Amino acid sequence: MPALDDSVITKAEVEREDTAAVGAGLDVLEEPDHTRDPWWRRLGSSIVPPVLALVVVLVIWEIVYLLELKPEVMLPSPAAVWTELVRLVEDGQAGETIWTSLSRGLFGFLMAIVIGAPIGLLIARFTWIRNSFGPLLTGLQSMPSVAWVPLAILWFQISPGMIYMVVLLGAVPSIANGLVAGIDQVPPLYSRVGHVLGLGWWGQARHVLLPAALPGFLAGLRQGWAFSWRSLMAAELIVTSTKLGFGLGQLMNQGRDLSDAPLLYAGLILIFVVGVGVELVLFRPLERAILDARGLSTKKR
Amino acid sequence: MTTFIGESDLVCHEDDPRVVPLLPEEDHSGDAAVTIDSVSKVFSGRHGKVAALDNISLSVAPGEFVCLLGASGCGKSTLLNLISKLDFPTSGTVTSVGRPALMFQEAALFPWLTAGQNIALALKYAGVPKNKRRARIDELLDLVRLSGHADRRVHELSGGQRQRVSLARALGQNSDVLLMDEPFAALDAITRDVMHDELTRVWKETGNSIVFVTHNVREAVRLGQRVVLLSSRPGRVVGEWKVNIKGPRTIEHPAVGAMAAQITLRLREEIASHARS
Repeated sequence: MPALDDSVITKAEVEREDTAAVGAGLDVLEEPDHTRDPWWRRLGSSIVPPVLALVVVLVIWEIVYLLELKPEVMLPSPAAVWTELVRLVEDGQAGETIWTSLSRGLFGFLMAIVIGAPIGLLIARFTWIRNSFGPLLTGLQSMPSVAWVPLAILWFQISPGMIYMVVLLGAVPSIANGLVAGIDQVPPLYSRVGHVLGLGWWGQARHVLLPAALPGFLAGLRQGWAFSWRSLMAAELIVTSTKLGFGLGQLMNQGRDLSDAPLLYAGLILIFVVGVGVELVLFRPLERAILDARGLSTKKR
Repeated sequence: MTTFIGESDLVCHEDDPRVVPLLPEEDHSGDAAVTIDSVSKVFSGRHGKVAALDNISLSVAPGEFVCLLGASGCGKSTLLNLISKLDFPTSGTVTSVGRPALMFQEAALFPWLTAGQNIALALKYAGVPKNKRRARIDELLDLVRLSGHADRRVHELSGGQRQRVSLARALGQNSDVLLMDEPFAALDAITRDVMHDELTRVWKETGNSIVFVTHNVREAVRLGQRVVLLSSRPGRVVGEWKVNIKGPRTIEHPAVGAMAAQITLRLREEIASHARS
């Protein structure tokens, strides 16, 4: 260190004896409090209300059934549907059918992330790509995915490839647009910090933009999954073939063909259960982890 | 006990916008930590061109603590952006040793990383090998009195603690020059007071050059060896003071107050000159 003139404050002069103590005191006083409810209370507040709502729906269903507003071939009793569900679960058909559809849906969803995320990153980071391809992607997002089915059959005939084409065309635009929206919400200050730290294009993307965009991107992922699942069901309902295996869509087609109302209702309930299950098993914990790590949990005490 | 500053300690260049270096015998432009040579910066906005900085020359010696002072619109932040290469001058040159570290008013820590991981990112891009980072993180956290806080998440830290981690991250860049853009403006008075003590201590221990931007006159006198006053719209150097106060230099020190009063007087004149008649 070069010699400084006499205005230099020496260490002895500047360090007030109590600076460390005052600082430590402030730290204790200002440390944010992060106590969380015990798990049973959190579980209670998040599970009890939806279960109550479900009970209300079942009661209304039972009443409408007892009033005989519709013939039984259209509206079976909750009990009949329940019996049908139990049968499907017990003989393993439910598990098999769900797995056929779910594995396909999840695989398509993962492919959609692998394809959609890089597209989103490029659109978010290059103005000319955004200006040219951005509107195209937004337009694709509003396409009903069923509309792709005939084209997919023309290309891939009746094969899993045809199903995946429909699923990807449904999900990729949502996922790419979700990432663009997520990146657009990243505070510019973060990029400036990245620049100051010496991060290049890829460093900025990997260490700053992608992690910072994650909370916003999560909404895109959710929507991407919803589109994957819907597109898959559309494809399965429209195309029934032994080459495609027996999924939930085919199960419901069978219910329709046999005029088996309980089977049809049971199929609907299984599709609903899969939707809720993926939300509870995949997205809810993911969201929790992402928000908790950043101290952004919505349920602040 | 207290020494009041005499007239001889105040060096003002009120009329010449191109201020000659304050202390010619101390000016080693060749090996200065930061050299700003006749720099102008013009922004083109909706209402035509706006000159943010006009012909500013300034040099910061290695290990020197300089405070840049000015009202809003004086281009303080623009100047720091130029030094840190976030932006480029319209004319003139800016040179500095290495890549300067920059601290903002917000701690600007990445909330998805822990305190330690934030510092590790700076170390990684400063070229510190992976196996040495852990030890360096502990060292830096010790320096800002946050030992054992490496695994804390950003939201688990108080405002003062965050600014200290931010300081540790800036120091982790291993730069000889530390630029600070009103880093304590958002803190409460007591925390800011502690941060002043801590920053002075850290500066003494590391020997960095510091360019500290603030609009708080007392803070500038409390911290700097030299205070540079910038005019507003466009930013020009209108005055320089060498801070020569003996004894413990706290924010309440009478000599700090006296000098701050002098500088404030000049600052008020500057601001009043902008009033529309």
